[in-house]
Amino acid sequence: MPDLLSQYADAVGVAAVDHLRQLAAPLRGIRVVHVNSTRVGGGVAEILSKLVPLKQELGIDARWEVISGDSLFFKTTKSFHNGLQGSKVTVDPRELAHYEETNAENATEMRELLEEADIVFVHDPQPAPLLKLVPRRRGKWIWRCHIDVSRPNRRVWDQLSVFLSGYDASIFSLAAFAQGLPHTQYLIPPSIDPLSEKNMPLEEADVQAVRDEFGIDPSRDMILQVSRYDRFKDPVGVIQAYRLAKRFSPGLQLVLAGGGADDDPEAGDVIAETQAAADGDPNIHVLLLPPDAHRTINALQRAADIVLQKSTREGFGLTVSEAMWKGKPVIGGDTGGIRLQIIDSHTGYLVSTPEGAALRIRFLLHRRKRLEEMGARARDYVRDNFLLTRHLREYLTVMISVANRAEERIELE
Amino acid sequence: MAEQEHYNPPGGLAIKDCALVAIATGRRARDLRELRDGILEADVASIYYHFWGGLLRPTFDDPRYHNGFAIWVDHALHFSSLAEKLSVIDPIDFHDMDGLRKRLVAVIDSELRPGEPCPEAPEDNFFDFIRSQIVVFRTSCTLADPVELPAALAAMSRTSIFYHFIDARRRTPDSTDDFTCWLNDIDRDGYAELTTRLASIDPFFATLVETREELTRTFEDQFAR
Repeated sequence: MPDLLSQYADAVGVAAVDHLRQLAAPLRGIRVVHVNSTRVGGGVAEILSKLVPLKQELGIDARWEVISGDSLFFKTTKSFHNGLQGSKVTVDPRELAHYEETNAENATEMRELLEEADIVFVHDPQPAPLLKLVPRRRGKWIWRCHIDVSRPNRRVWDQLSVFLSGYDASIFSLAAFAQGLPHTQYLIPPSIDPLSEKNMPLEEADVQAVRDEFGIDPSRDMILQVSRYDRFKDPVGVIQAYRLAKRFSPGLQLVLAGGGADDDPEAGDVIAETQAAADGDPNIHVLLLPPDAHRTINALQRAADIVLQKSTREGFGLTVSEAMWKGKPVIGGDTGGIRLQIIDSHTGYLVSTPEGAALRIRFLLHRRKRLEEMGARARDYVRDNFLLTRHLREYLTVMISVANRAEERIELE
Repeated sequence: MAEQEHYNPPGGLAIKDCALVAIATGRRARDLRELRDGILEADVASIYYHFWGGLLRPTFDDPRYHNGFAIWVDHALHFSSLAEKLSVIDPIDFHDMDGLRKRLVAVIDSELRPGEPCPEAPEDNFFDFIRSQIVVFRTSCTLADPVELPAALAAMSRTSIFYHFIDARRRTPDSTDDFTCWLNDIDRDGYAELTTRLASIDPFFATLVETREELTRTFEDQFAR
């Protein structure tokens, strides 16, 4: 089994991996600790499960620690999470006190490691109070926010920001998410992992098996949207676009693939609305997939001719990069992080209405050469911009930056 | 840090590479007037980022607009005539970022009418002023003789081209590139024709890969003779 860096070199090219090695050279031997609240499940754990071993291969003494807590703690941090995304939630004084107490218990367990670390990355709100609980820390502490905080519930943000102001820096995914914090705020977009189950290459037989499972006809065009059943993802708008496009492509099939999030009370309503809009059309497949259906989603994205992400509001929308990595042009809503991933008319199209989406579907289905060229450009664009290796490069750059103060230019010897 | 250290180490030309990371400035523009005021007051590092930062991402055959300000003016304000005027501004025409800043403000001022409402962006598409930080590091390659340039250029990373041919304009005495500085130090008159050709290469409207190809061809023409 080749080492991880060699595996990534196969996906992103040897030059990109050499670049990482050179950039990491001055960081060899430093002690870095990442702290989050779960070892498995969710995007943060998925990223850390690869970033930490990659840093170790680059000679960095990287560790990954996970805080523990009871159900009240996680209920409170879920409220923080939802509040940061703008929900009208409250965190009452009892919950806040328990949040701090739980972090204090975790700080006691990790104290020596955290005090000795040269750089500590604290991910999301759950472990944010750790900084204040480790007063004898010697390294630089960075808060990494993976959440869309473009329009936070101000009361919740104020409660959390008390714990953040002492950090040496923070990292947000988009400029629109940055907040009024008294330190440098780096911008690092998220990434996809080309070696993960969701993005790894698949055999055609695997793709065909998924087509067979859901009754998708490979001889007819198929368009796909992968997303939670959420009104901001506009699944009903996607069905409208499909119907408009189908008048000119009668064999067209639409697959809507997503999960019913347990923590989203509106999901059931949106699924019902989507099924009502589908109105029994046998060529519309409304799929409810379990959260670990990564391989199925991978196959559906590869089976599609065009992928849609017709959101009306979006944090980042990494499903766009996932589809582009599979060489598919994406028709996406003109909002949030989708704008960073789709270069209009080059790697896909940005649209604002079902009519706009339908027009682009028609255009691409009737211009197969253009569709394929666009898909190839989309894949190249993701390779250079939205793979884990770029994410790692920017983490390394931030580590050098905080160690050298955030001056505009840092020359390493 | 002495300017000279960056581009001309003794004994040859040390090939360096770089990585950029973006930093939020906290400044945001909601309409054209706020964009204008932001450009006027922003750190030069932010002007630099919105002109040159995009080059480190791949660009496409025919991008409609060539800098972050023009792209936003068209996309968020739907003011395509102004976007065209902003897009045609070539940063290599300016010796420093302040000159470029003044030009941008003058172009926007020509479209703003005192007392009249100005175009506003939708709430989810404000302009965020971003600056960048560059980390520069040495590679294992040092050139002892200019005849090594064609092979070295062909093997350089995109970011290395950015550092030596674009970033160099901010730190070399004549706002030129590292290759020209090195050649001038060795034999200014002897390499005059070559450095004139290098000066005619405009990296702003090309991708870094295209710029690398053009530089490689230029050095091959010179040293294969």
